[in-house]
Amino acid sequence: MSAIWTLDAVTARQGRKTVLEAASLRVVSGEVVGIVGPNGAGKTSLLRAGLGLLPLEAGQARLSGQPVTSLKPEARARLVGYLPQERRAAWNLPARMIAALGASDLSDTEADALARACLTRVGAGDLADRGVLDMSGGERARVLLARLLATRAPLLVADEPVAGLDPDAQLLTLDLLRAEAAGGAAVVVTLHDLGLAARACDRVVVVSQGRIVAEGAPREALSKDVLAQVFGLDGGLVETSAGLVLAARRV
Amino acid sequence: MSLVRLCLLMLLVLALAAIAAVALGETPLTWSQYVQALTQPGSPPGEVLWTIRAPRVAVAALVGAALGLAGATMQGLLRNPLADPGVLGVSAVSGLGAAIAISAGLAAIPGAIELSALVGALVAGGLVVTLAARFREPEVLILFGVALSAFGGALTALVFNLSPSPVATAEILAWLMGSVQNRDAMDALRALIPMAIGVALCLRAGDGLRMLTLGEEAARMSALPMARLRVYAVAGAALLTGAAVAAAGVIGFVGLAAPHLVRALVRDDPKRILWPSALAGALLLVVADLAARLIPTEQELKLGVVTALFGAPAFGLLAWRAARSWRS
Repeated sequence: MSAIWTLDAVTARQGRKTVLEAASLRVVSGEVVGIVGPNGAGKTSLLRAGLGLLPLEAGQARLSGQPVTSLKPEARARLVGYLPQERRAAWNLPARMIAALGASDLSDTEADALARACLTRVGAGDLADRGVLDMSGGERARVLLARLLATRAPLLVADEPVAGLDPDAQLLTLDLLRAEAAGGAAVVVTLHDLGLAARACDRVVVVSQGRIVAEGAPREALSKDVLAQVFGLDGGLVETSAGLVLAARRV
Repeated sequence: MSLVRLCLLMLLVLALAAIAAVALGETPLTWSQYVQALTQPGSPPGEVLWTIRAPRVAVAALVGAALGLAGATMQGLLRNPLADPGVLGVSAVSGLGAAIAISAGLAAIPGAIELSALVGALVAGGLVVTLAARFREPEVLILFGVALSAFGGALTALVFNLSPSPVATAEILAWLMGSVQNRDAMDALRALIPMAIGVALCLRAGDGLRMLTLGEEAARMSALPMARLRVYAVAGAALLTGAAVAAAGVIGFVGLAAPHLVRALVRDDPKRILWPSALAGALLLVVADLAARLIPTEQELKLGVVTALFGAPAFGLLAWRAARSWRS
């Protein structure tokens, strides 16, 4: 299967610091890829470099085979939808207008209808007319997820989509993203919760100090060695009736 | 309320204010004089209404609209409700352009001061556009604007300092205070051309301003050509500000206040706020100019003084309210 998103030995700098070194990644349609790693490991930098938001020192990032930097905004937006970690909104726009920002290619009425449908999917249908600054952080996160879904892009990239959410909202978010993958999209998410990553992702990529140090099915990627060396944890993934969970203590 | 309805309503209020502003003034007219002015435009009362007051009201409305739209555009671009047209330093450098022209004795040539002010605005605008194309962070633009404003102010002070005669100094000062006194139809027409281009640019940037609501990165990943739209926004706001300063001197607070008057009516939308902000700015300045004429003072109050007197406390109030919402 041809990859929708490839990073080929990508090195990127922010200021003088190398935040990503020779990172390679290949994402295909229909899979959910989880990117995990300690704080400051380079998870967000990996996404940003791959999307052309961070200038590359070396290597190449491609969307559907085309170098990401050569794509015009319109063409790029057709290929990828991005949910940044930042959840601030400058203005108190109603939720339906925020969600409609994901569909700027449609007419106003079409975008509004799609926005409302996406808000309903994320369980925020009744918030459509509420201002985003009048919402709780969790409610706003749902609205921003609705904006991501409204892009209808074949690659959905979400940076920390479940940070700060209730357990129920975390599972809902990942279920929705899994549903998108089941519908044929490729989904890439960064996550802090290793158990959640193991349960929700088909493949896990472990980033540490700007390098990809492990990659594969959750049980392979999050092996006992990786957990100890990268995360300083002694333990492993345990299969339960609800899926994989992490059972570990600090080394 | 739909945007069209809101604009029509505001246009109606503006028309009423403009009629009042043409009808009322320092020279009170009797009913028969009003009738005479309407039937015989060339009569003395007709002169007062149509040659003295009407162009003045038109310039006030144009300048107010330009400042209101420029303010709304800057607030949207910088994602900051406290931004105003002067934030990028364009007003200060435009004022400097006028000061240089007056000091060089060009005041006698019609349109020379205006042209010099506009050139100042274009130079500053060009600098800011170049910068905006390179740096996306609003903070960079704001800091650069502060520096440019300070530099423009310093150079204006230097012009004062080196000014050959106290008359020129007084003239510069009077001009910088901002006024639409003694404007004729030509002044209104001259302002119209750069303003029309500025309006077109700002309106084109509307979708981009709305997209910026969720921050720089989300906007960059959208389907919109953000780099181009940012340049439209900065260039449009700079042209509008420059044209406003050229036509009426430096008039503060209108560009800041106008968007705030209408923001709630458009649900905070940085795109739909553009037209209503222009209309609100026009209304504010027409009313402020009427107030400047009607407040009985020995010397007629300068328009910039009136807007600052009312605007500065309003700004303080806004900052107070904003600070409270940041704290919570």
